[in-house]
Amino acid sequence: MEMPVPNPAVLARKSRLVERLQKVLPPDAVIFDEAETRAYECDALTAYKCPPMLVVLPSTTQEVSDVLRICHQEGVPVVPRGSGTSLAGGALPTADCVILGVARMNEVLETDYANRVIRVQSGRTNLSVSGAVEEEGFFYAPDPSSQLACAIAGNIAMNSGGAHCLKYGVTTNNLLGVTMVMMDGTIVEIGGAHLDSGGLDLLGLICGSEGQLGVVTEATLRILRKPEGARPVLIGFDDNEVAGACVSDIIKAGVLPVAIEFMDRLCIETTDKFAKAGYPDCNALLIVEVEGSEAEIDAQLDTITEIARRHDPVELRQSKSPEESAKIWLGRKSAFGAIGQINDYMCLDGTIPVSSLPFVLRRIGEMSEEFGLEVGNVFHAGDGNMHPLILFDANKPGDLELCEAFGAEILKLCVEAGGCLTGEHGVGIEKRDLMTVQYTPEDLEAQMAVKDVFDPAWLLNPAKVFPLAVSQARRDPAPAAA
Amino acid sequence: MLMPTNEAELAEMIRAATGPLSVRGGNTRGLAGPGAPLGVGAISGIGLYEPGALTLVARAGTPLADIEAALAAENQGLPFEPMDHRGLLGTEGTPTIGGVIAANVSGPRRIAVGAARDFLLGVRYVDGAGTVIKNGGRVMKNVTGYDLVKLMAGSHGTLGVMTEVALKVLPRAETAATVVLGGLGAGAGVAAMSAALGTPYEVSAAAYDPATGEAMLRIEGFAASVAYRAERLADVLSDHGKAELRDGAQSQALWRDIRDVAAFRGTDGDVWRISVKPGDAPAFLDAVAPDAALLDWGGGLIWARMPEGADLRRRAGAFAGHATLVRGTGATRATLGAFHPQPSPLAAIAAGLRQRFDPRGILNPGLMG
Repeated sequence: MEMPVPNPAVLARKSRLVERLQKVLPPDAVIFDEAETRAYECDALTAYKCPPMLVVLPSTTQEVSDVLRICHQEGVPVVPRGSGTSLAGGALPTADCVILGVARMNEVLETDYANRVIRVQSGRTNLSVSGAVEEEGFFYAPDPSSQLACAIAGNIAMNSGGAHCLKYGVTTNNLLGVTMVMMDGTIVEIGGAHLDSGGLDLLGLICGSEGQLGVVTEATLRILRKPEGARPVLIGFDDNEVAGACVSDIIKAGVLPVAIEFMDRLCIETTDKFAKAGYPDCNALLIVEVEGSEAEIDAQLDTITEIARRHDPVELRQSKSPEESAKIWLGRKSAFGAIGQINDYMCLDGTIPVSSLPFVLRRIGEMSEEFGLEVGNVFHAGDGNMHPLILFDANKPGDLELCEAFGAEILKLCVEAGGCLTGEHGVGIEKRDLMTVQYTPEDLEAQMAVKDVFDPAWLLNPAKVFPLAVSQARRDPAPAAA
Repeated sequence: MLMPTNEAELAEMIRAATGPLSVRGGNTRGLAGPGAPLGVGAISGIGLYEPGALTLVARAGTPLADIEAALAAENQGLPFEPMDHRGLLGTEGTPTIGGVIAANVSGPRRIAVGAARDFLLGVRYVDGAGTVIKNGGRVMKNVTGYDLVKLMAGSHGTLGVMTEVALKVLPRAETAATVVLGGLGAGAGVAAMSAALGTPYEVSAAAYDPATGEAMLRIEGFAASVAYRAERLADVLSDHGKAELRDGAQSQALWRDIRDVAAFRGTDGDVWRISVKPGDAPAFLDAVAPDAALLDWGGGLIWARMPEGADLRRRAGAFAGHATLVRGTGATRATLGAFHPQPSPLAAIAAGLRQRFDPRGILNPGLMG
């Protein structure tokens, strides 16, 4: 993956920059030693690494503002970083950049149950937001798989989703307000504890902008009361297409499950071996979860079971207890880890219309044979968000490149089927060069024009989202030093 | 009036324009800007509807009624319950889906499921230079590039003229019932709504009418589930007052009237729509002392009827939120502005975006700032 050549003029300013940053930050918040900056050389897309020039770890919005003002004056690129769990390379540094990590900003600033909001510093982890309100029976809905580690800042940057967004929406649907620092150091407040932010929907624009428009330091999030209960049903099929048709019928019937998860044979077998979840021997497996009181759950699961029966399932397992629920979820939740035990893999994130599921799965199977690489499919079927896992051998020369080429073909297929390149992981560097498959030059120009407004010098996370050739003219006139 | 029949014609008309264009759908919401009228009503028709995927794609000028009818035939609906402004504003015409999205029109269910913008999956639009742009798509999860979809929702035609929208739809609830608590002042009314929305019983709408002192809480879903939750809710709220149940047509009519602010129909004076933190609503009402008011969204949405020309924003003083003048004379609108003034850094960003999307400043100029 190509990254821009480091700007020698910026590298030459390193010591002056350190000096200036040390004046506005505590001594331990400026990291410039090469042994220490290495810890920030990559995110969860570990195939790509590059130590940054510097790392800063501010603790307040004011410190973030001071850092950005100085970097803006010095013409230094800044790559914001939450917890570094991006699967798309969203936090991958360049050698001439300052990594701005928000991990030290992890306080809860306000919990307000009457108005159902919580205000947190953006470095706080996703799961610990729910943790802060669970004693009162509330939770924060978006639940990405990395929720134990990932930061709200990164969730906002990537508009993260999760397994339960069929019912509760993704980050953008649960974000009410932010405190954000612009690249020139200006602090802005967008939205708040009220429902619709005024004027143009800048909040909606910020969310999912991959750290390219500003650095969010505080967020007001919607919290919800936990349901009385939740239980899944596990349904096994002999055929992927039948499973897809069943998903569509469940949705059409007017039941709105909180999650519909899908696994194919490779994932079923691998996770069963790894997690001992006792999954049936079948080609496709659905886990459908519903919420409510005991009686409401039973009624909904009965409806779903009845629909599933029309599709000749090989297995139907309705959970009757928390233990049974945990067992059903066990395999699904350990899927990525299980596959990781047996192989290196690349996880894709394309989304397709639910109606195209059978076609796309069949094509992926065919392409798997053409490329000679195995693929496992595990994904959020209710909203068409696929996660094909392509297995490869990192030690075998050329295998990563082959895997990436295969991945690109799958994502093109998703776009052709009426879908998109990424449903919840973001573009980062990983899908940057495929943007032209989904968007015309005019479409991309309209998006880049937004960045021109927020960050005219293109210093914030500049080498992401847009193909380098497309953003070249904007990034290149190297900003003059102060 | 300019009435293009397709996207290419629209693009040509915008390129050829030499002065301001007053962009509108059915022009029922009273928010078209100054200039030569440009209507999208002839760019119409449902392009795709997949009930099993909960998605519908329609051209912007498609009448809202056509979309609601198509959805109803599959027992689905627009979750965000857009209001009909015609009664309140005394306008005529055909509301379009493009108008709904351009004004981000959301009704009572917004408190539970989200606003129009939350159900918008993709857009096609023509910008102020006459260029056709698409963003988003028709799938429910999409983080590919910047979310211009959200930006277009609620932009009131100032950034571009939408030609097509893709929407997420949801199953319609089998039945609904409303739990009503009477004899409450504004503070107690908002407290009752907050308590209700803090339960696990999935209250899908919460409104309070100061004229009757009633807090109204809607429960929707399968019949048995609605009955169960309504009963549990009444129990939990017993400290706040004695609950009475309204169901069937009575409940339906009640929420349609709240959605359309029917109580203000045919009255004199200006009508304001204020977005605040629900808990701030009672103090806000005290400060502005409206002639009449209605609270929706658990108190987060205030409809206020004010004497003609009264500056509600000045009466309110500084507050967290914003106030939009929805109904007022041309003179009042010219003096006070329909949209709430923004703090300078945000106003500068908005102006920068308008400049980029509409370099000649011809799309509903001045409407939003």
